Amino acid sequence: MKKYLSFFRIRFNLLLQYRGAAYAGMVTQFFWGIMTLLMFHAFYEADPNAFPMTFRQLSAYIWIQQSTIALLMVWFLENDIFEEITSGGVAYSLVRPLDLYTMWFTKNAATRLAKATLRFLPILLIASLLPDPYRMSLPASGLSFICFIGAMLLALIIVVAYCMLIYIATFHTMNPMGIRLVATSMTEFFSGAIIPLAFLPTYLRTLLEWSPFGSMVNFPLQVYNGNIQGMALLQGLLLQLFWAVVLVWIGKWWMQQSLKKVIVQGG
Amino acid sequence: MKLYLKYFQIHLHSQMQYKVSFFLTVIGQFILSFSAFLEIYFMMTRFHTVNDFPFEEVLLCFAIVMLAFALAECFVRGFDGFSSILGNGQFDRILVRPRNIIFQVLATKIELSRIGRFIQAAIIFAYAIPRCQIIWSADKIFTLILMVISGVVVFSGLFIIYASLCFFTTEGLEFLNIFTDGGREFGKYPFSIYGEGVLKLFTYIIPLALFQYYPFLYLIGKTEDIKYMLAPLIAFLFLIPCFMLWHFGLKHYKSTGS
Repeated sequence: MKKYLSFFRIRFNLLLQYRGAAYAGMVTQFFWGIMTLLMFHAFYEADPNAFPMTFRQLSAYIWIQQSTIALLMVWFLENDIFEEITSGGVAYSLVRPLDLYTMWFTKNAATRLAKATLRFLPILLIASLLPDPYRMSLPASGLSFICFIGAMLLALIIVVAYCMLIYIATFHTMNPMGIRLVATSMTEFFSGAIIPLAFLPTYLRTLLEWSPFGSMVNFPLQVYNGNIQGMALLQGLLLQLFWAVVLVWIGKWWMQQSLKKVIVQGG
Repeated sequence: MKLYLKYFQIHLHSQMQYKVSFFLTVIGQFILSFSAFLEIYFMMTRFHTVNDFPFEEVLLCFAIVMLAFALAECFVRGFDGFSSILGNGQFDRILVRPRNIIFQVLATKIELSRIGRFIQAAIIFAYAIPRCQIIWSADKIFTLILMVISGVVVFSGLFIIYASLCFFTTEGLEFLNIFTDGGREFGKYPFSIYGEGVLKLFTYIIPLALFQYYPFLYLIGKTEDIKYMLAPLIAFLFLIPCFMLWHFGLKHYKSTGS
């Protein structure tokens, strides 16, 4: 356990060095958030009754999403891992007395956490100073805030476990570009990162809420807003737990199978 | 031109070496922009209009921007990846060759997998054009073509700015993505829906609205003013400061040494 924790610390310190990148990222995310909200506002004006939540709740949804974008977006993949696989450098990792799955998992989670920690506070602070409907608001209640933190952690595990599947698939295809694009592009839409799932028609919404994708982004952010409470909240958390366990299990199993077949070409 | 065709052939040939990967990338590109289409579709079926633009008109706008962006990304991609050309010293080799520098940077990369976006733009055009009640007279067709060409020009200009700034920073500046990727993402709706301030920003500073919004009003018949139709021509002027910045950066170029 200690070994993995030190991996975590190394990654964290490494990323804290790149403060310039963090500022640039914050500006981008902030602008993106404002544009998204302005777009939704135009729709809101077209027909306020068709809006499935209050505009304030939407603002909180968008701001949390933008400020923690590194945490929950599937497309934040580690290029070193792809390179390790395609260049054969993975052989070095294999001789280490560490479990490869756990090591990569920690690497990913650490990078995501470090990036998000650097960025989320300033974005949320500025966002809470904006004029009213666009402002970042406080959580619905203390309880929903605590559940929100738990849901975010579970979501992070699900997202990283999903990314692990993409890395492992690279063992079989060798060129990661195609599989990466296909696996990440639809996920964004399915998980509610482009528009909250509440804006979709009921049949699609229910389907996606039960899928692992709905647990990635849509669920935790709706918990923050207090849109999910009581039994539904408990059920959602259990569903997240279920997907986390299933995805990690599949990943571990698949990795074991792939490593049996892996051939490292010298060099 | 002949030389460019030669480069084109080489790129085509090299990208065809990895056929599975190429087709997966094409499919990925298609799906990537398809999720943007889904967003428009579900939002428009829920709200019916946005800022008085119905579904078909928004689709038309979306397809124009997507086509322009895909063309720009396909041919001007060399500037987008310029930081790596600078970083690995490839640019020094370019400098010693007796050919135009911009031409050579253009030729370093031709991304054919963007065809995934072309196909989608074509399908959406095929769907939206007969349904959006535009009488396709010669001037409307001319406007449409002008919009696409001008769009390619503006996006290319943005890529050139992005590359020019690499002369000073070596790394690419991530926040300029706001205008390239952001222009594509947010340009799927006419820029007026974001309100006055944003429209002004995209008219006077980054002329995305000049090819997307004003001529679009003429295209769908919201205005008869010929000035609106010719607005994309003004956007061509955007290339002047872009090239100035490029030359300024080039003068300050110091090799990274690797």
